[in-house]
Amino acid sequence: MARLRFRDQEYETAGRSVLDCLGENGHDIPHSCRSGVCHGCLMRAVRGAVPTRAQDGLRDTLVAQGFFLACQCHPEQALEAALEGAGAQQFAARVLARRLLGPGIMCLEISRPANYEYRAGQYLRLFRDASAWRNYSLASVPGLDDSLHLHVRLVPGGAVSGWVHERLVAGQEITISGAQGECFHFPGAPDKDLLLVGTGTGAAPLWAIARDALHSGHRGRVHLYHGSREEAGQYLRKDLAALQARWPNFHYHPSVAPGGGHADVAQIALREIGDLAHWRVYLCGSPRMVDSARLECFLAGAASAEIFADAFLPYNAAGADPGLPVPVAPAIAGACDGHAE
Amino acid sequence: MGLYEELGGAPALNAAVDIFYRKVLKDERINKFFSGVDMAKQAAKQKAFLTMAFGGPSNYTGLDMRKGHARLVQQGLNDTHFDAVVENLAATLRELKVSDNLISQVAAIAETTRKDVLGR
Repeated sequence: MARLRFRDQEYETAGRSVLDCLGENGHDIPHSCRSGVCHGCLMRAVRGAVPTRAQDGLRDTLVAQGFFLACQCHPEQALEAALEGAGAQQFAARVLARRLLGPGIMCLEISRPANYEYRAGQYLRLFRDASAWRNYSLASVPGLDDSLHLHVRLVPGGAVSGWVHERLVAGQEITISGAQGECFHFPGAPDKDLLLVGTGTGAAPLWAIARDALHSGHRGRVHLYHGSREEAGQYLRKDLAALQARWPNFHYHPSVAPGGGHADVAQIALREIGDLAHWRVYLCGSPRMVDSARLECFLAGAASAEIFADAFLPYNAAGADPGLPVPVAPAIAGACDGHAE
Repeated sequence: MGLYEELGGAPALNAAVDIFYRKVLKDERINKFFSGVDMAKQAAKQKAFLTMAFGGPSNYTGLDMRKGHARLVQQGLNDTHFDAVVENLAATLRELKVSDNLISQVAAIAETTRKDVLGR
């Protein structure tokens, strides 16, 4: 017997699965196979623990966030469950500082709201107002940085990036979403080799992942490949070089190629590394790089469950900024979450 | 004990999915049909297919199969391609040290989808 809380109501599971209990109480929980295979009934534990069996076969990043399969979950203790990821929540935060990191790339430092949980590599949604928002990856690390850092590239005509670069001032109050996305560092495999590949401001989450891993005692190799169109695009060069000087198992590989060539940075990594059978891979940046690198890394031997990716969707047409509600990238839908600018 | 349990259930299935999908993507006879597809979504479909072929809990229907492959049939998907996929499936199971008897049972289930996949 266990109490199950969902949408402000409480039920007694009486030995039933969470799926059955909620279904019999009139909640339409998406599901299909009822056997733990299709993952259609994915839910998240907001409070309380779920039996490990309810998380069998889920990606480690989902387990770390408390996701579970409702059809396989027979709770043994009180549980509060939700269908949404934590990213649906909104928080008020304050601008602390803005620092230009390179041409057109601003580090926006904002206060970390109380109870704001996130993991190195996740992203949040930054709201200019009710009609315009964009997703930005967090470049900060929960245990190392007091505030939240975002690397915002100025996009010509960009409704949100223009506001960040030209309007925001220290002290201003802003609205952000809870952290979301599955492309983050998680502990438990300190000897695994990590391959981090990014283009443009895709370096931001990778910078966070690398620091989090190294500072938490990661012993495996950590290789970070950063592709940019021009030398100035290597905006973390000094920081990454310092990281390399401090940690012998960290290696920074800048790759500057004009035109669209910087998107081939993953091919360079694969040529140099070869077999990825025991690697964990993080891919962040342009959809072109992420999509092709995901396939190539898989073919090079990386397990599909060890490839984590965030594609940054471009919104670059001046004046054509959508400002329309972009579908909330469900943090649970897969390995790829949309970003903007 | 059913085929799915004999094969080792969910852990065996998870072990097979990557090996199978990698073989398919590397197979020059058939990988053109996968160019440009969303790999994450495709991996889920491969898993659903393997679950069915393993005799596991599955909602894969003939209609899904027809709809899902109609575009590929227009592009020339035929029996030789179907055979190649089944070949990759058998090779995957051999690599995982599954007995010949079980492999032929899996191949027989896969065979039942041929008409739907090829839109006949």
